[in-house]
Amino acid sequence: MSFLKAEHIGHHYFSPSTFTPALDEISFSIKEGEFISLIGPSGCGKSTLLSILSGLIEPTFGTIAIDGHPPNALKNQIGYMLQQDYLFPWKTIEENVLLGLKLDGRLNRKTAANSIEFLEKIGLRGVEKQFPRQLSGGMRQRAALARTMAVNPKLLLLDEPFSALDYQTKLKLENLVFDTLKSYRKTAVLVTHDIGEAISMSDRIFLLSASPGRIIKIFEVPEEFRILKPFDVRTHETFMELFHVIWKELESLEPQQ
Amino acid sequence: MSHNNDPGHLYETYKKSLAAEKRWIFFYQLAILVTFFSAWEVSSRNSWIDPLIFSSPSKVWLLFLEKISDGTLAAHLGVTVFETVLGFVIGTVLGTILAALLWWSPFLSNILDPYLVVLNAMPKVALGPILIVGLGPGFTSIIAMGAVISVIITTLVVYSSFKGVDDNYVKVLQTFGAKKQHVFREAILPASFPTIISTLKVNVGLSWVGVIVGEFLVSAKGLGYMIIYGFQVFNFTLVMLALLLIILCAAIMYQAVEWLETKLIKDNLD
Repeated sequence: MSFLKAEHIGHHYFSPSTFTPALDEISFSIKEGEFISLIGPSGCGKSTLLSILSGLIEPTFGTIAIDGHPPNALKNQIGYMLQQDYLFPWKTIEENVLLGLKLDGRLNRKTAANSIEFLEKIGLRGVEKQFPRQLSGGMRQRAALARTMAVNPKLLLLDEPFSALDYQTKLKLENLVFDTLKSYRKTAVLVTHDIGEAISMSDRIFLLSASPGRIIKIFEVPEEFRILKPFDVRTHETFMELFHVIWKELESLEPQQ
Repeated sequence: MSHNNDPGHLYETYKKSLAAEKRWIFFYQLAILVTFFSAWEVSSRNSWIDPLIFSSPSKVWLLFLEKISDGTLAAHLGVTVFETVLGFVIGTVLGTILAALLWWSPFLSNILDPYLVVLNAMPKVALGPILIVGLGPGFTSIIAMGAVISVIITTLVVYSSFKGVDDNYVKVLQTFGAKKQHVFREAILPASFPTIISTLKVNVGLSWVGVIVGEFLVSAKGLGYMIIYGFQVFNFTLVMLALLLIILCAAIMYQAVEWLETKLIKDNLD
């Protein structure tokens, strides 16, 4: 039974002088609890696809069904994480984390306590009253994860959430996000530039071609990788083999110099 | 190791040098003030400048005491400060509301764009006579002057700040199902507080211009009236007194806005 079903998605961007095709004939389905990565050359419409899945953009063609409903009919069923934390600088960490609940009218003592407990679980104890700029980049992205998780979404959309972090922090956060999503059995779609990140975190990898974006190939990540934490996958002996296969495919899509 | 290399000692020296510099700055600031007033007094007494036109600090001071005791100064000062504060608050609030409307509807903003440009370019004090005829020669039209002079520039500056807010903050709110009013309240408005405060600082000065010109025209009450009356009867001591009081009040209002800034912009505090 598929949890998310995309059928014949096509999208165009319009400007006064021209229109640009961004996505063409994208169809796929995702099972509940699955982790999918989207990779491809820049301009392949990965982020556009993510915005369509979130319901922020209406596609020109095609339909999306998440649990049988179109995305914009689902309030707070979809969590979105961006390249940077985008915590509101004038709100404390606590106010930032509880923002989704507040907007949804679900903020009460119990939901607030759950969110603060989650913050502590991911290693952010005692920072509730601090402002975002008092925290390091990694801590802020963690707080952003807590903000996304606070509304208990069924689907998480991750738009290169580790790309602005230093390498060490990025590896640690990959493990954290991976563990969190597995233990709460969340479905996730990750957009990334990093082939290693895609291999180490996902169950399947969708490779997109550029202008217009099409799904060229779907890689199944071997079972032995899926049960390992991202950091351990990166050091696995057959990791580089899969890395090179995907690397070659990606190379062939880049425009010839 | 000699105690000169001790970090604690070096830190003390550093703090002392900072304090010393602060004292010197204050000393020169005070020196300029004292020199200015004494030079004014001395050159007026020795008739190096025309004492009839330029008066002197001692004469201004005596007039100040006289006007305080007969209660007329408090009345004039009260009227002007009231008009300025109200004009400045109305101008800023109205400008911010207009900016919010423009942000809410890009269609409206496109329609109004050329009108805003023209209104901004127009010298607002030229509206004075029309306001007085329309609203009557009282404090209403003077407050209107104080507001009109700052409302358009506030609208333009605050609107461009609203538009400049990072779209990703809006995106975060939209993924939580936020409606347009939530986006405005949670992201657009608080992100623009620093800009609104800096327009407040500009508007303090502008509203004084509007109100003083308004009082010139209406010529009934206030510090502006004191200036125009003193000018007509050639009592320049009165003009100087009004001028000094305006400078003092404007400075106090500016300080009040700076105090508001520290209260409103929380994330600037450590």
